Amino acid sequence: MIRVLIVDDDPDFLMQQKLQLEHAGFEVLEADNRQKAKQIVDSNTFDVAVLDLMMEDLDAGFVLARDIKRKNPAIPVIMVTGVASETGMEFDAATQEERSWIKADALLAKPVRFEQLLREINRLLKR
Amino acid sequence: METLRILICDDEAGMRAAISRALRDFTVHVPEVEGEVTFRVEEAESGEQALDLISIDPPHILLLDHKLPGLSGLDVLERLSGKNLETLPIMITAYASIETAVRATKQGAYDFLPKPFTPSELKSTVAKAAKHFIITRQAQRLAEERRRVRFEFISLVAHELKAPINAVEGYLSVLRSGVAGDDPKTREEILDRCVQRLGGMRKIINDLLDLTRIESGNKRRELTEVNVCDVARTVIETALPSAQGRNISIHLDAEAPVIMTADRSEIEMILGNLVTNAVKYNRDNGKVTVQIRKRDGEVVMSVTDTGIGLTEEERAKLFQDFVRIKNEKTRNILGSGLGLSIVKKLVTLYAGEIRVKSQPDVGSTFTVILKEPRAEEVVPSAEPAANATTA
Repeated sequence: MIRVLIVDDDPDFLMQQKLQLEHAGFEVLEADNRQKAKQIVDSNTFDVAVLDLMMEDLDAGFVLARDIKRKNPAIPVIMVTGVASETGMEFDAATQEERSWIKADALLAKPVRFEQLLREINRLLKR
Repeated sequence: METLRILICDDEAGMRAAISRALRDFTVHVPEVEGEVTFRVEEAESGEQALDLISIDPPHILLLDHKLPGLSGLDVLERLSGKNLETLPIMITAYASIETAVRATKQGAYDFLPKPFTPSELKSTVAKAAKHFIITRQAQRLAEERRRVRFEFISLVAHELKAPINAVEGYLSVLRSGVAGDDPKTREEILDRCVQRLGGMRKIINDLLDLTRIESGNKRRELTEVNVCDVARTVIETALPSAQGRNISIHLDAEAPVIMTADRSEIEMILGNLVTNAVKYNRDNGKVTVQIRKRDGEVVMSVTDTGIGLTEEERAKLFQDFVRIKNEKTRNILGSGLGLSIVKKLVTLYAGEIRVKSQPDVGSTFTVILKEPRAEEVVPSAEPAANATTA
């Protein structure tokens, strides 16, 4: 069974994504804070990661993504961000340089539709 | 210091030179501006030239001769009207006829300067225009600032209301699509979260209503003799159920009845918000102490908790609207982010102040100091009329 790591500090978003992913046949590892996420990342027991970009400590998503890629570059990382809906600021990694700086294979803006997330996961896992 | 630009439009070179000379070292003091207001003079010898210069960079003040060879002063005014410039035109007229004055005013002239005039008459007219210009600009900036603050506040409100809607909507779709499965525990958890988020939303709306009522001054204040200790007891009773759930004890420390002239509902709101916070941000098995004292005509109420405390940085933004201290320890604490904004606004009604002492992981003490309203503000509580019908 494919294992998905979801990291988000919004408990409602986390629970909803978890239920949907489980329903779609994935096994879900969840973390609602940096420490818990770090433990899972260190244990290296997942196939794809869905990370919230902006957690309480602002750079948590970035740092986790970097850690994952450093340990195992083959694991796809999907970064979810609420920046646009929360601040009204445009957030998009448009250039190659920005994309190389953010160690993620896909960026999704909140609110994320589940089908969209599923499509990205399947695409990145080449399923 | 501020320099206003004046454009002189007059076909007589001698007149232009005389005005320039008179205004060269002239300064005006306007309270709204730090330092003196000075002037820089530019010249135009015809209405046409004046319009050209104005179209490039409109001056703050225009000294405009009425009688000009080509376009007249009134023609120039007419072309400027409707352009919505901030330029203040002053008409210079040789024979100050009522008719010209009326027409010029209709075209937007701010003032008149009848020829011949002395340098001091010129200066006082320019000074008046300069003051008007600066005060008008100040008022505009304030209005813009108010609009901006209002807009930001509305965006914040919208965002804060959208978050619980998103959460509940998400849960509903999870339930409807059958994704949640049949586990009654999961369903229960989902429903609990929905109820919690909706409750949070209602709290935001109620707090917003309180806040706007206080701010608008529409809230009717009933100032009477209030026993603050009584209010504290009521507030503590209300907070007890949620405190007991986490084994938090609440103590009232008051030496004697503390009586002050106040609006009871306001004192209740102040203490209520502080005590609720002290419970919410406490640790399990923690303690809350409410202390009420009166000293030198001031009432001092302090609420101390044994909770998570605040860092210096968190303390600095504590009283801003919708600011909730977000970190791992506060994640599961619900709140509108308006409680302390309300307390702060209420405290100002009593010419009071609020202080915070805090240490992370040890606890916080919020101290509110209230002064009694002056006697003339106190409306005696309504006495029942002598002939009131008795039941």
